[in-house]
Parts: sequence; structure tokens; C-alpha cells
Amino acid sequence: MLQLTSDNNWEELGKHVIETEHDIVSVRQYIRYHAKELSMGIIDQTRITTAVSELLRNMYNYGGGGVVTIEKGVVDEKNALIVTCVDQGQGIENIDLALSDGYTSGKGMGYGLPGAKRLVDRFEIKSEINKGTIVRVMKWK
Amino acid sequence: MNTELHEKRIPIIKIGNFLIVSIQVDMHDKLAIQLQSQILEEIEKTGAKGVLIDISVLEMVDSFIGRMLSGMASMASIMDAAVVIIGMQPAVAITLVELGLEMTGVDTALNMEKGMEMLERRIRGEYFELN
Repeated sequence: MLQLTSDNNWEELGKHVIETEHDIVSVRQYIRYHAKELSMGIIDQTRITTAVSELLRNMYNYGGGGVVTIEKGVVDEKNALIVTCVDQGQGIENIDLALSDGYTSGKGMGYGLPGAKRLVDRFEIKSEINKGTIVRVMKWK
Repeated sequence: MNTELHEKRIPIIKIGNFLIVSIQVDMHDKLAIQLQSQILEEIEKTGAKGVLIDISVLEMVDSFIGRMLSGMASMASIMDAAVVIIGMQPAVAITLVELGLEMTGVDTALNMEKGMEMLERRIRGEYFELN
């Protein structure tokens, strides 16, 4: 399975399976809740929630669902909310292309990944064809 | 489970020439698509000239819902009805722009009253042009 480097000092706040559209709605609410708990301002709460919503939709539409892990921890001396989305779907052939504005593989309008990237402070992605995709976003407090 | 609750339709109210839709729930994608066709059907059925969509409760509008709203506006305009989006929260507006969604062709108003005035002016304007 694909992995990104993590820090043992991160504290897990929740782990959720995405199987239906309703799961997307409830995870969005968890993200906002944790962002608020970390005392992020309303605009940052909205940014991270929206970014994660885009990732969850990709995961649901193209990755056949997956697992989201919500963590908090210190990254580069900043308090961060860390959200990692893992799916075992078809994978992304060309990540640079998928991250460019306006690119779409068909269903969307191509705002998903590049839009999500703009809304967060750190964006990491790894993908392998037929193995899956892992995307991690972080928002500083 | 509580699927029934989730599948509940969002109510559309008709007042005079206008339809009023108040989105009170965090919508999943299917519900958003369903709302879109529901509004268009209602425009056809009632001959409404304007639709006010209140999103003041929505804490988040992502690219899908944003696209649904702007698509709604263009579809309604083809059916000779105007759409005004009411009460977008500042954080939502900021996020939409950062996301890259321009929401072209979508009229917005701060509150229901201003939105109604906007639609009324629009309708009067159209009649004026016709005469």
C-alpha cells in the first residue's frame, strides 16, 4: 500500500471510511469540528473543509472510496491539522497534469486537485496506477 | 438507517412570481443534482420568473455545489427565469474564489429582501424593453 512519511508525534483524531456520499458529508463536518477545536479562524476552517471535500469526492468517484485519517501535530514548528486520504483505485497517470488548472479526466471541471492545493498550506500526493492514490493536506493553525 | 431522512427533498416555496429555496442541510452531490432538476421542474410547472436560493446556512460550497449553483442559473435563464443566490457567507465567497470558481452569470444578494428587489427590477426591466 502507498504511504507518505508521518511523524509519531501526531495525534490521531479520527479515522473514517468513505463508502457513500453520506460519508463525505459527515467527514466534512468532522473536519470542520477539528479545525474549530484547533481554534482556526472561520476562513481557514472553511478552506480546509472545502479542500478535503474535493479530495473525498475524487476518492469516491475515481478511487472507489477509501479511508480518511484526521490528525493533529506539529509540522515545521507549526500546529497543524493533517488530513490523509487513501484509496486503492485506478491511480493517477500524470500527477502534474491532474494538478494543473482546468484539467479533467471527464466527470468534473478540473477544479478538484488544484483547487484543494491552493486552499491548504501543504499538499502531498503519491499515486500508482492500479494501486491507488494517497493525498495529504495540512493547514496550519 | 437514516437514509430516509437524507433523501428528503429540499422544499421549494412559491410566492407570487418567485420560487424560494432555502438550503438548510449540508448537501451531498446527489441531493444537489436532485435539487437542480426539482427547481427546473418547478419553474416549468409554475411559470415562475425568478428563483431565490438562500445558502446563508451553508458553511461550505465546494466545486461541485458551486458548479451546481452556476449551472442552475444558466439553465433557469434558458427557461426565462432569473436566479439570485442569497446570503453567501464571507468565508464561502473567499474559498470559492481561491478554489478557482468564478461563478460567472450568477447574481447574488446579501439577503432575501435585496434579492427580491433585484428580481423585481429585472422583471420590470424586461417588460419595459418589450414595450
